[in-house]
Amino acid sequence: MTNLQMWTYGVVGATFALYIFIAIKARASTTGEFYVAGKGVHPVLNGMATGADWMSAASFISMAGLIAFKGYDASVYLMGWTGGYCLLAMLLAPYLRKYGKFTVPEFIGDRFYSQTARVVAVICLIVASLTYVIGQMKGIGVAFSRFLEIPFNYGLFLGMGIVFIYAVLGGMKGVTYTQIAQYCVLIFAYTVPAIFISLQLTGVALPQLGLGSVMADGSGVFLMDKLDKTLLDLGFNAYTTQKGSTLNMFLLTMSLMIGTAGLPHVITRFFTVPKVRDARATAGWSLVFIAILYTTAPAVGAMARMNLIDTIQAESIAPDTSQNLKIDALPAWFTNWEKTGLLKYEDKNGDGRIQYVGKNYTGVDANGKVIENEMIKVDRDIMVLANPEIAKLPNWVIALVAAGGIAAALSTAAGLLLAISSAISHDIVKGIIAKDIDDKTELMAGRIAMAGAIVVAGYLGLNPPGFAAQVVALAFGLAASSIFPALMMGIFAKRVNNVGAVLGMLSGLGTTLVYIFWFKGWFFIPGTTMAADTAANWIMGISPGSFGAIGALINFAVAITVSSFTAPPPEHIQHLVEDIRVPMGSKGAVDH
Amino acid sequence: MSDAQKYWQANIRLVIGCLVVWFAVSFGAGILFVHQLNTITIFGGYPLGFWFAQQGSIYTFVALIFFYAWRMGQLDRKFNVDED
Repeated sequence: MTNLQMWTYGVVGATFALYIFIAIKARASTTGEFYVAGKGVHPVLNGMATGADWMSAASFISMAGLIAFKGYDASVYLMGWTGGYCLLAMLLAPYLRKYGKFTVPEFIGDRFYSQTARVVAVICLIVASLTYVIGQMKGIGVAFSRFLEIPFNYGLFLGMGIVFIYAVLGGMKGVTYTQIAQYCVLIFAYTVPAIFISLQLTGVALPQLGLGSVMADGSGVFLMDKLDKTLLDLGFNAYTTQKGSTLNMFLLTMSLMIGTAGLPHVITRFFTVPKVRDARATAGWSLVFIAILYTTAPAVGAMARMNLIDTIQAESIAPDTSQNLKIDALPAWFTNWEKTGLLKYEDKNGDGRIQYVGKNYTGVDANGKVIENEMIKVDRDIMVLANPEIAKLPNWVIALVAAGGIAAALSTAAGLLLAISSAISHDIVKGIIAKDIDDKTELMAGRIAMAGAIVVAGYLGLNPPGFAAQVVALAFGLAASSIFPALMMGIFAKRVNNVGAVLGMLSGLGTTLVYIFWFKGWFFIPGTTMAADTAANWIMGISPGSFGAIGALINFAVAITVSSFTAPPPEHIQHLVEDIRVPMGSKGAVDH
Repeated sequence: MSDAQKYWQANIRLVIGCLVVWFAVSFGAGILFVHQLNTITIFGGYPLGFWFAQQGSIYTFVALIFFYAWRMGQLDRKFNVDED
């Protein structure tokens, strides 16, 4: 076993032992503890748990890579996945906490006095959460197979086993306290390599400042100016300039923000605090803990891109390729990642060296031939996972990244699975099928639903449907076009009634689904697309992933119009709305 | 107008004010006016529009939520609708 593997086994093993220890300490004994951790979580701790809940394998592993390759255009993810917390804090969380029930569909069903509304919300919740879980399962598998060099499926079983122990035993209570530990692991794992690399490149320890600083190589050039120039010289797009359309960026950011605010596994976290004002504070603390990673990510992205180019091109620009990376002297990380298929090269001109250039490159070699790009595949996930190796950081830092990636994936998976199992046991079993079951039976139903959800998620992780890559758009589209508008109108528009809400949700959902399926295939079945998924075919250049904001607008318009032509909500519903608008009288830890 | 209505109006005004700032730093500075702002650089090498898109908007979001929570706490007490 190599030194790196020993470190990785040690660090990952220690974190797993910690999670299991917490699971045993934090068992749930009532439905209140199972669904909302007894509403007794401190807002700062809840902020950490929300941070871990929210920051998934995608945030930890993929986002910096996305920024590295898209530059400025990736800002939509940075703003979209943080700005939603303002909407949560000001428009939803305090009021939903005041209402004081267990699940999101429950509020929708009660406020719009309609089982149909509740069922529509349950379906959206399950589809959005399940699609999201698949990505986490993939993240766990990748981290295990690369760093511990054990087969993908064993890694997945191990991850599922850990989640099983603390989520089935502890429900929300177990998940919350494990998520706090997982936040600490993941943020440490993310920032330590970033600080190292920022010091190497700029001499500034804070990556957020390092990104705007002068290179430490004595050239006196700003890091971003150098990156822009190098990329342009090598025929790539400049880093800081915009490539996509402004309208699409605007709508994608809006969709991601509204979608974030409408994702049930995030909203549920606000039900776990004792008071309404704690719900407001939780949103702030959540965003503090999220912002630590989200403001570091742009530095990681830019610096990783810089390091990757430097490693391969060695600062030289063709026609002189004599300094480029030699194929018979590849660094260890290069060959290791090549084995995973995330990195591929081909020596097209047979010079024994690798050239890494962009599409617009026109430089020629000694024989007058245009130099082609020989890095056939650079998967964006590599930018975080291989970053410490590329920068030649010590082995314990690399081991930390493995543990952090797994923590990010596990914490999000647990939150999603909890949202799914609560919806099944509380909204479907207790709410519709068997209304008179007692607390104990419902708790058992919750545990069984959780176990079932883990098995389904594991199966989907092992046999990912072909559309796995497309589903993020689907999850955010569903949350943005159906759940967010329904919740917001439930609080702010007293006049919106059952008919309006149901028709609004269905039309927002329907248009968004049709728009996504039109370009991605009906239910993502290959070959059923109605038009090629290219900017030229999109209506006004709006990409399917950006359509959630339009869907939300349609939802609002339909719900308000229909409501104004139909009977207003009954008296007791109007009182309910008035009651949730004031913090006074919120209930503490109660079981109901 | 009843106290409950006044409280709700004050709340709505506060939310609208906060959301105007929320919109201005992200959609405004980070997307719509990014080109104009990029002609200015801050903290050394950051083009201002780029900084808002990848750093500044996020810091502002954090500050906004805490400001909102603090102001709402004041309103709750002023209108006697707080929890204790």
